[in-house]
Amino acid sequence: MQAANSHRLTPYLFLAPAGLVLAVALLYPIGYMVYASFLDWNPSQKINEAAFVGLRNYANLLVDPAFRESLWVTIKFASVVVSLEMLLGVGLALLLDRKLRGMTLLRTLFILPMMIAPIVVGLMWRYMYHPTVGTFNRALKGLGLPPVEWLSDSNWALVSIIIADIWQWTPFIFILALAALQSLPKSAMEAARIDGATGWQQILHIKLPLMMPVLIVTCLLRLIDAFKVLEVVLVLTNGGPGLSTEILSLRIARTASEFRELGKAAAMSNYLLLFLMVLTLAMFFYSKATERRAARLRAEAEGAH
Amino acid sequence: MSAQSEAERQHPAFYALLVALVVMSVGPIVLMLITSLRLNVEIMSDTSSLLFVPTLRNYEAVLCDVLWYEPKGVDSCDPTFGRALGNSLFIATIATIITLVLGCMAAYAIVRFRFYGRDGLSLMTLLMRMVPPAVLLVPVFGIWTFQFCVGDQCAAGTHWGVILIYVAMNLPFVIWILQSFIVQVPIQLEEAARIDGAGPFRVFFLIVLPIIRPGLAAAAIFTFRIAWNEFLLANALTDRKTRTVPVTIVNSLTEYNIDWGVIMATGMLLAIPPIIFTFIASRQIITGMTAGAVKG
Repeated sequence: MQAANSHRLTPYLFLAPAGLVLAVALLYPIGYMVYASFLDWNPSQKINEAAFVGLRNYANLLVDPAFRESLWVTIKFASVVVSLEMLLGVGLALLLDRKLRGMTLLRTLFILPMMIAPIVVGLMWRYMYHPTVGTFNRALKGLGLPPVEWLSDSNWALVSIIIADIWQWTPFIFILALAALQSLPKSAMEAARIDGATGWQQILHIKLPLMMPVLIVTCLLRLIDAFKVLEVVLVLTNGGPGLSTEILSLRIARTASEFRELGKAAAMSNYLLLFLMVLTLAMFFYSKATERRAARLRAEAEGAH
Repeated sequence: MSAQSEAERQHPAFYALLVALVVMSVGPIVLMLITSLRLNVEIMSDTSSLLFVPTLRNYEAVLCDVLWYEPKGVDSCDPTFGRALGNSLFIATIATIITLVLGCMAAYAIVRFRFYGRDGLSLMTLLMRMVPPAVLLVPVFGIWTFQFCVGDQCAAGTHWGVILIYVAMNLPFVIWILQSFIVQVPIQLEEAARIDGAGPFRVFFLIVLPIIRPGLAAAAIFTFRIAWNEFLLANALTDRKTRTVPVTIVNSLTEYNIDWGVIMATGMLLAIPPIIFTFIASRQIITGMTAGAVKG
């Protein structure tokens, strides 16, 4: 009796510590933030001294030109970065999917940019974009071309952070696409080759459609991460010049620490969170649906035998 | 024989592309290393050549108070960075250990005792993964400064405050990775041990943990990387004494007169542990990265 009781309790004992930490340090803060978004609150007040203002923060944000500008910059940044990275990453994976002896080393070198702190990535690129001693302007000078104001020209600044992000995250897409390619069924490839399909035909009609489920999940994962980028931009431009590179995460951080409007920052965070939640749920249900379809196809194939 | 000749029969342009890719991805890191080995006067001079005498002066300036000898040519010693390095090491290591222990136990319970299923878990992992640190900034700052207090001491400003949020941020992902490894542990092994009279805790520590070691390595690297690299929350939660390295780097970045040599040396020191892990365990890292997307 005693033994059976302790056996029934064991799973709860194993789960309790993790559950407790998640509840106290993740779920509670998120709930707290939802509440704080209805307050007019500055960092020197305790939260119960802050005035309740209902939906005012949300309404103000919708007509706040700086917020809308920053939302637009974020969407521009995320969509450009993700589409270019998908294009490059998948292209490279298709190109490099062959028997190569140094492949392991190559993959190791490719993941280095992702492992390094975003702060350090920002540092490296800030040095390379330096107006006089930076690598790019030195190269331009060597070619006899005029220097470019990479970070202080409002047209170039966004391009500069996009280049840095592409450098850091294209390998992520490449690695996932390569893993997807290498797990494709060999039989389909062979059948295509026997039928005389050219390289392009194989890619367009067989490889890409078969990789599609993984590619869509990869794309959404990367999109979610692109909305979280903060440190690289902070080090490179700190949102400037003007508001030209002030992405939403950075605006939230500055609203909280520089403008000291915690309620407004919380409301902004909620907008961002809602948006990301829609993306995440779309991704989850998409991958569930493809899984179910694959299972059904497999069952039908087995039934046919 | 045939595989080998197939591997060698590639177009020369293909190798040119490979070299270009490697140069592009590693180039900036090498450039940072080179810059960190030069003096600032030399970096800022107009006529820079590829040939230069490397110097460790920048590293000596950064690490002056933890070196065992008195560095020459460093006129004033700023102890900020040495202390930050200690803080970073302590916070990242402890956060990784706690996350792994809690994550392992939770993942094991979910797999073996059939808790609310893998669907619920993967949805929760995804939802947690989507929360940007910037979103946590306001509530964590408020709660850690005003509510999580024992007597006069609040969680903000201590090492443990930062560790707590890092553990919470990493747990969902770690549980997700580990459960995908635990699923593969044959249940017969555990049953055999249980028949021999081992309790659930002994089965877990002596049978399950040793088998899922690759998964533990992947989870440990991912957690350490995030705790070691994170800036925003550390910036909000630490004070002068508990600051981590990313915070000191951002604080020493000014608009003008950046000492590039010293700051690149700092950046290099921050980058070295992740680089070492990548070379030791790239296979586990790739497994961890693909587990989320490819297996669904």
